[in-house]
Amino acid sequence: METIITASKLSKSYSLGVKALNEVDLSVFSGEVVVLMGPSGSGKSTLIRTFNGLENIDTGELEVLGVRLGSFATEKNILRVRKKVGMVFQQFNLFPHLSILENVTLAQIKVQKVNKEKAEAKAMNLLKKMGIVEQANKYPNQLSGGQQQRVAIVRALALEPTLMLFDEPTSALDPERIKEVLDAMRDLAKQGMTMVVVTHEIGFAREVADRVVFMDKGKIIEESDPKSFFTAAKEERSRKFLNQMMQ
Amino acid sequence: MFFSKKLILQFFSTIFITLVFFILLNNLIINLFRTDMMFDLGWLNQPSGFALSENSLPYNPTNSYLWTLLVGLSNSLKVIFFGLILSTIIGVIAGASRFSSNKLIRILSSYYVIVIRQIPLLLQLLFWYFVAFLNLSNTPLSILGNILTISNQGVRLLGIDISVEFSALLIGLTIFTGASIAEVVRGGINSVSIGQWEAFRSLGIKDSLGMKRIVIPQALPAILPGLTSQYLNLAKNSTLAIAVGYPDIYAISDTTITQTGRAIEGFTILLIIFLILNLIISFAMEVLNKIILSKVYKY
Repeated sequence: METIITASKLSKSYSLGVKALNEVDLSVFSGEVVVLMGPSGSGKSTLIRTFNGLENIDTGELEVLGVRLGSFATEKNILRVRKKVGMVFQQFNLFPHLSILENVTLAQIKVQKVNKEKAEAKAMNLLKKMGIVEQANKYPNQLSGGQQQRVAIVRALALEPTLMLFDEPTSALDPERIKEVLDAMRDLAKQGMTMVVVTHEIGFAREVADRVVFMDKGKIIEESDPKSFFTAAKEERSRKFLNQMMQ
Repeated sequence: MFFSKKLILQFFSTIFITLVFFILLNNLIINLFRTDMMFDLGWLNQPSGFALSENSLPYNPTNSYLWTLLVGLSNSLKVIFFGLILSTIIGVIAGASRFSSNKLIRILSSYYVIVIRQIPLLLQLLFWYFVAFLNLSNTPLSILGNILTISNQGVRLLGIDISVEFSALLIGLTIFTGASIAEVVRGGINSVSIGQWEAFRSLGIKDSLGMKRIVIPQALPAILPGLTSQYLNLAKNSTLAIAVGYPDIYAISDTTITQTGRAIEGFTILLIIFLILNLIISFAMEVLNKIILSKVYKY
């Protein structure tokens, strides 16, 4: 199995004393869906953001898709990784001044140098698959949260990434909108996309994840398959966290 | 209570202001009678009789005061026009540079803003005129072949001769206003959420392109009101031209008032000109603001 991410002894502190990441070791393999869970401030968002260079690390080794992203990562290396890694955010972060179609075609045209017609055809095709093709000429604020997040997924997929990162993709959504985004992610997983997902959606993790990684205070506490994690977590801290989640 | 405290305060302040105004007006009328110089604009048709060091419109000393003032206005408009364009370019570059990934560029742009904003504009103008330009040698210094030559006699850019006075004033106004515009631009860029930066970076878009296509368009609504203030400041500050001997509208009015003794008329004309000029700038910026807002928020 091909390794997509190799992280060893990743450490990062934001301010003196507070360690966002504390010697984290993690490998992600091709086609795998890894779910990161943990209380807020556990470092899961920081960790996922190091995988495309949005956060740099203080010490440790990090290799994503064969490119080194250590503490001395060059700008060139970071750009190489970002072209192959898609990311979806909690707040969607669509470009509000661009239409849905322009949101999806901008990077294709400017980064991949695809011509406009081709980029638009691809965008329309992906929007159609996502069931939001009729929104193509609208602007982000005219869409519901669920629709916006699906556009954000399409925007990332348009660049044909090898790895997709999801940073709490449903946390900002109304409860009735969560399902449509999770369904889209489920489809993506079925197609064999390698995914790292930070989420609190236990149902999704149980059903889709190949592995659940539980973090607390910048450390990985436990790594298990979802079935054993949710029924018989090995660590006391994981069990405590799950108890709070279930209530 | 029927008469609130606020109402009583307003009543007395209105009486006070009206009283002060009438005292001043009364003074003015008494003085005008005493000097036998009632408000009159007839002198505008008399020949001015003084030479101008440069003129954007055809001019000779036999022309009327009215025409002389118009030549001064055209000189002012020339320096304001180029000042607005150049200070905008410098301001946007310096403001955006504060977000560069290159540390040297970040430091240089912040020093530029810090240093320029510490020093009074008048001193800066005198510096450009007396220290930078008049200290140059008499023999022209060529930069970029024959495109730009500089000496203490003036600047020659692409075959166009520009006076030392105009150059010093334009450079001084541009660099001073550019520093303030840089801060306005920086504030506007800061108003764009960090999520927008993360989104375009995640798509492999470089910072320079992301700044141009994603950040600046969203920063514009926050930049424009501050930019308008800086444009109005530049227009008003252009009257410091008199310090470096550039014949702008204020410098020419000054000479006119000295020769004719028509201070009230002269200053009234100046006030009206600057009122109209700044209203035009404000109005143009308001229109631009509306256009940009409708482009940025199309929903």
